[in-house]
Amino acid sequence: MTSSVSIQDLSLSFGAVTVLENLNLDIRDGEFLVLLGSSGCGKSTLLNCIAGLLEISDGQIFIKGKNVTWEEPKDRGIGMVFQSYALYPQMTVEKNLSFGLKVAKMPQPEIDKRVARAAEILQIQPLLKRKPAELSGGQRQRVAIGRALVRDVDVFLFDEPLSNLDAKLRSELRVEIKRLHQSLKNTMIYVTHDQIEALTLADRIAVMKSGVIQQLADPMTIYNAPENLFVAGFIGSPSMNFFRGTVEEKAGRKVVSVSGVDFAIDAYPARSPILPGTSVVLGIRPEHVTVDEVPAGGDAHAAVVDIEEPMGADNLLWLKLAGQTMSVRIAGARRYAPGSQVRLGIDMSMASIFDAGTEQRL
Amino acid sequence: MTVPATTVATPVRKSTRPNQYFRNMSAKIASIPMILTAVVIFAGGTLWTVLYSFTNSRLLPRMSFVGFDQYERLWAAPRWTMSIINLGIYGIFSLIFSLLIGFLLAALMDQKIRFENTFRTIFLYPFALSFIVTGLVWQWILNPEFGIQSVIRSLGWTSFRFDPLYDPALVMYGILIAALWQGTGLVMCLMLAGLRGIDGEIWKASRIDGIPAWKTYLFIVIPMMRPVFITTLVIIASGIVKVYDLVVAQTSGGPGIASEVPAKYVYDYMFQAQNLGQGFAASTMMLLTVAIIIIPWAYLEFGGRKRG
Amino acid sequence: MADIASLNTTAVAIDASKRQLAAGPRGKRPARAFSGTNIMVYGTLLVFACYYLLPLYVMIVTSLKGMPEIRLGNIFSPPVEITFEPWVKAWSSACTGLNCDGLSRGFWNSVRITVPSTIASIALASINGYALANWRFKGSEVFFIILIIGAFIPYQVMIYPLVIILREMGIYGTLSGLIIVHSIFGMPILTLLFRNYFVSLPEELFKAARIDGAGFWMIYFRIMLPMSLPIFVVAMILQITGIWNDFLFGVVFTRPEYYPITVQLNNIVNSVQGVKEYNVNMAATLLTGAVPLIVYFISGRLFVRGIAAGAVKG
Repeated sequence: MTSSVSIQDLSLSFGAVTVLENLNLDIRDGEFLVLLGSSGCGKSTLLNCIAGLLEISDGQIFIKGKNVTWEEPKDRGIGMVFQSYALYPQMTVEKNLSFGLKVAKMPQPEIDKRVARAAEILQIQPLLKRKPAELSGGQRQRVAIGRALVRDVDVFLFDEPLSNLDAKLRSELRVEIKRLHQSLKNTMIYVTHDQIEALTLADRIAVMKSGVIQQLADPMTIYNAPENLFVAGFIGSPSMNFFRGTVEEKAGRKVVSVSGVDFAIDAYPARSPILPGTSVVLGIRPEHVTVDEVPAGGDAHAAVVDIEEPMGADNLLWLKLAGQTMSVRIAGARRYAPGSQVRLGIDMSMASIFDAGTEQRL
Repeated sequence: MTVPATTVATPVRKSTRPNQYFRNMSAKIASIPMILTAVVIFAGGTLWTVLYSFTNSRLLPRMSFVGFDQYERLWAAPRWTMSIINLGIYGIFSLIFSLLIGFLLAALMDQKIRFENTFRTIFLYPFALSFIVTGLVWQWILNPEFGIQSVIRSLGWTSFRFDPLYDPALVMYGILIAALWQGTGLVMCLMLAGLRGIDGEIWKASRIDGIPAWKTYLFIVIPMMRPVFITTLVIIASGIVKVYDLVVAQTSGGPGIASEVPAKYVYDYMFQAQNLGQGFAASTMMLLTVAIIIIPWAYLEFGGRKRG
Repeated sequence: MADIASLNTTAVAIDASKRQLAAGPRGKRPARAFSGTNIMVYGTLLVFACYYLLPLYVMIVTSLKGMPEIRLGNIFSPPVEITFEPWVKAWSSACTGLNCDGLSRGFWNSVRITVPSTIASIALASINGYALANWRFKGSEVFFIILIIGAFIPYQVMIYPLVIILREMGIYGTLSGLIIVHSIFGMPILTLLFRNYFVSLPEELFKAARIDGAGFWMIYFRIMLPMSLPIFVVAMILQITGIWNDFLFGVVFTRPEYYPITVQLNNIVNSVQGVKEYNVNMAATLLTGAVPLIVYFISGRLFVRGIAAGAVKG
């Protein structure tokens, strides 16, 4: 398993403000890695460090095994696609693609060959003579990708490339980027604050918060086994239901007791035995709860429907349980009037339990 | 007293609602000064002057038309042709240099330098000063007896000559030095605002493409700043046509008539030589000059916007 | 994907398994404090800064020297013996023709012109801008366009008809006449400034006030004015410096006893009679420039904003 981009002990500070500290990250060859986090978490900063657009304070960056810490961006073997695309507005698409190569004094036949190849891959041949203003959002993005493509680089960097687009176009282009990755098989590092983009595109996701990678894992692990309370709350919409309680031993079963309601947790795949008396946060995703269909042997909890939000395919119920509100996702056809009494079954094997103090997964 | 009921019942006939009528009234009353200014002074005054430029008014405006006589006399007057030549020299050089220096300074200021505010304050303060003050200071600095010339001569280079304000061939350049001192700060500010308006990701993209900074400026940033350049150009140009105070303060049009400018010609003929017809004709020529600058710009700026 | 568990590490865990750092470049690129680019950038800026500062310096040192020292020395050398006499003379006894009461008369004239002109022109223009932004009526845009075009017409074209109008009104040559002139010619740029500002305010605010039953003046005084303090300051800076620095209108529209400071300064310095007293001239020049300079240094960024707003959109 060769690593394509390797970041070792990277720190970055502006004066007294430390943005990134001691960050380590290895990205495999051909991997699609998504840096996910809310604004100001340092994800774009990290990407700019990899690109060489920001000078790091400490640490090293390797690309394809070569130490590029002091290299200029153009010498790092990277291409970058920006949020605003940053196409040169006064140049045609063709000039946009070839300008960097021309400045690098590449022979013209080689430039033509590369532009033609990129145009073919991205299917922008008919657009070559147009200017960026005459292109649609999706076409502009393809040109921006093309500009990275002609550089014949190993690593593609994407800085929130879909944020400027409307929802429909965004989902279309997401698919296109995925298709591109499948055909090119380049390493791609992709920054976004949109968890759907992250979950759909990534081989692995690095969830970031205040300059620290909270969890680095494949999307399913991130979703189903979040490493800490932050990741659990950040991923998923509507977000995970959290219950603060204490672990107790009742009738030979371990339960999490939340304001008098006991949730049995023997089905929970704990990493190490959870000792009674521990203060914990129990996290349950809305879709891991069944309503009025308690599986055999499962526990049932009585709850009252507060509000329902029918969304077509799904129906989102807001219920009162253990003195707090929780959301449950059920099939769209099943409707409940506010005030209905329901019985909930909870799939504890899919739940998450965090230490209330360290907020780490148990 | 049934009015409110009926008006509510017929909302379709909006324009007859008394309330709307009064609402427009106060806005109209409040706009009377603007309307008067626009119609009477700007439009009316301009037409009046153009009309009277075809008369032989002398001490007082008179409605006796003489066709293009005043214009023929105007273009036959050496002082007027001198004024036009001077305006041309002054205009071309001050356009070129203020754009060049203004952009250069703005580009330097854009290099994330330290003390940016200090430099900006220094470059812009002359713009707060009047042309009279500007003209008088530079008259003093360029004074051959005491100024730069005498300082250099006292250093041992006794044949050194630098007295533009006393040399008919150079006097416009002497005025140019002062004008650039006063005005380039403004150009720099406009250019800097333009540079700051450029998407930062363009710069990042050009760094990734490995394009050197000067090439990025030349081939990417400057073309992107076209609107800023055009606006700046129009501002400088319409200022050039109006140049008056600076010349009055620095040289009073001298030596001889070597630094006369059109605006001064107009003033002198209207208020000193009691030859209104000449003044009107000359000011109409100034108007024409401005129109030649403004109309293509307005067409590009606003006519083009409608289409695009 | 066999070792998901090991990939599943947190940053803390990665930190723990920190590898030995490879050799080679690490951390910040070694920066050269005096790189060629830096020398060029700062060098050029400093040269230009000298060019811009030189006249101010020359004005100050000249105004503090005595005439004998000026005749002997060079204009760039600092004064050997500092004297404030030129300042006193410039203020109170410098001559324009036969009149020898100094620049003070022009100074106070300029104050009496600038203050009411600034207030009048801003009041007019802000109401115009407000009407244009929120109370458009049929034809309002046409008048506005004429106004803006008027900003580009050389003043010389409109001066004489205005002289006739003021003469007919019986105020030609007086301070009030000049104040009207300044209000008229300040109108295009200020109206544009205010209109653009009021347009940028949320329209909902205006609509809400309308629904609450407020009228034209009520909304202007109670809602628009309190929200637009910054733009009023910008307009004030623009007008104070502009009107104080005016020369042409002063010389055309006032009688000698009402001449503003710029006209009087020019008459003092460029008068042909008598011995030239360069130190007094420079003190007078500095006195004239002092007011706009003080406004400039105090207002700082607002001044920049004012000229940018006035210039770019004009």
